Amino acid sequence: MLQPPDTTVSPARRLHPLPLRVMHWINAIAIFIMIGSGWKIYNDDVILGFLHFPDSLVIGKWAQYGLQWHFFGMWILVLNGICYSSYGIATGRFRRKLFPLSARELLATVGDALRFRLSHDDLTHYNAVQKVLYLGVMLVGILIVISGLALWKPVQFSELANLFGNFQTIRVIHFLCMSAIAAFVLVHVTLALLVPKSLVAMLTGGPVVLDAAPRAGAAAEFKATH
Amino acid sequence: MSPTTRMPSLFRPRNGVDQSLLRQNRALVEDIDRRGVLRGALSLGALTMLTGCDVSEDDTVQKALRAVSAWNDRVQQAIFRPNHLAPTFAPSQVVKPPRFNAYYDIEDVKPIDGAIWTLEFAGRVADKRPWTARQLYALPEQELVIRHICVEGWDYIGQWSGPNLRDFLQRVGADLSAKYVYFICADDYTESIDMAAALHPQTILATKYAGDVLADPFGYPLRLRTSTKLGYKNAKWIKAIEVTNDFRETFWSKQGFNWFAGI
Repeated sequence: MLQPPDTTVSPARRLHPLPLRVMHWINAIAIFIMIGSGWKIYNDDVILGFLHFPDSLVIGKWAQYGLQWHFFGMWILVLNGICYSSYGIATGRFRRKLFPLSARELLATVGDALRFRLSHDDLTHYNAVQKVLYLGVMLVGILIVISGLALWKPVQFSELANLFGNFQTIRVIHFLCMSAIAAFVLVHVTLALLVPKSLVAMLTGGPVVLDAAPRAGAAAEFKATH
Repeated sequence: MSPTTRMPSLFRPRNGVDQSLLRQNRALVEDIDRRGVLRGALSLGALTMLTGCDVSEDDTVQKALRAVSAWNDRVQQAIFRPNHLAPTFAPSQVVKPPRFNAYYDIEDVKPIDGAIWTLEFAGRVADKRPWTARQLYALPEQELVIRHICVEGWDYIGQWSGPNLRDFLQRVGADLSAKYVYFICADDYTESIDMAAALHPQTILATKYAGDVLADPFGYPLRLRTSTKLGYKNAKWIKAIEVTNDFRETFWSKQGFNWFAGI
């Protein structure tokens, strides 16, 4: 006997499943460590003459402590990043949440945002700006790790380092990636505070979601064949 | 060029400093220094009592972070490519003079008299007869135009020459299967590198910079230059070389900087 597709299976399926939430907060800690200790390292030889990060904002009392934190944090960032990416790809979460992405939708969302018409009622759906920002910060995250590897081992990985340019160029790229991530974090945290239920969702899992796209397809197929 | 007629140091006035001035005021200078140290020690003690909790917490954190740093040493050892050459550059890109780096200022460099200096040996070295500068400077030279990268983030391209370290270690009958090569310096600095780095084709005992005998601040008469380590691993004013299997912390690693410091 054929049963209609059951849209109520796996009731525990939340907007943000537990593994995702764990990885999100581990990543938050890793980013905090990497940026704070990175600022300490930066202060020893500044790139922008006017920019010196205040002692109260950096991690590591001395230069060597900053370095120790950075080369500890890198393991958390990279290992967790690998888990997160594998999870996002394997479960189809990236595909479901971040695609499709159209330029027209992006422009429309920007327009809505500028007219303060953006709705955050539905946490389960990302608007085009969110999609672009999340995708962008992931790509920057990959670039900051690769440029960091080139900075750490410009001789052992000289082939990689040469793709970027000379040592100071790699430092600037690494620094710009940090700036982009810091800007993202600022917007991300501000919006999470403005829409507190999104923050709660990242702690508790959020609303139960019905796997919309594939199940709708399955339902249509069921109708068509019966 | 003979090792005793070195390039005039850019860091010493042409006519020298009037030594009588220092002699007259030595007692005063030393007194200030001693009082300063005493005051420093007292306030450090007071600080420890005030923030006793923080200091012990700091110790725990330090222990953990240093364990990670030791793990990172092993990772770096594992990814080290013994025959992979660092990028080299054209002589026109060389920065002259090189950038100074030490745990003290350039004015505090104590020049070494190359005429009486000798290089000594310890540990797993068969022929421990000391070498004079004249003997060392007569050895075949290898030139490296490589990037110096400081842990602080700055870099410059330098042109160094001197005997290849691997050849030299072989010449004195060092045990090349030992784990570490230590460099004991005239200024109480110590550094050590793993044997793989010591045997790397771009590791030399530098005696010259840009074709001239090293100036005092940059390690005259003998210093290490390796293309595979951060700046601080490149010991200057070397007075002894020890080949050993025993690991000891070095000047910067004692203070928490990564020991392997590979690039």
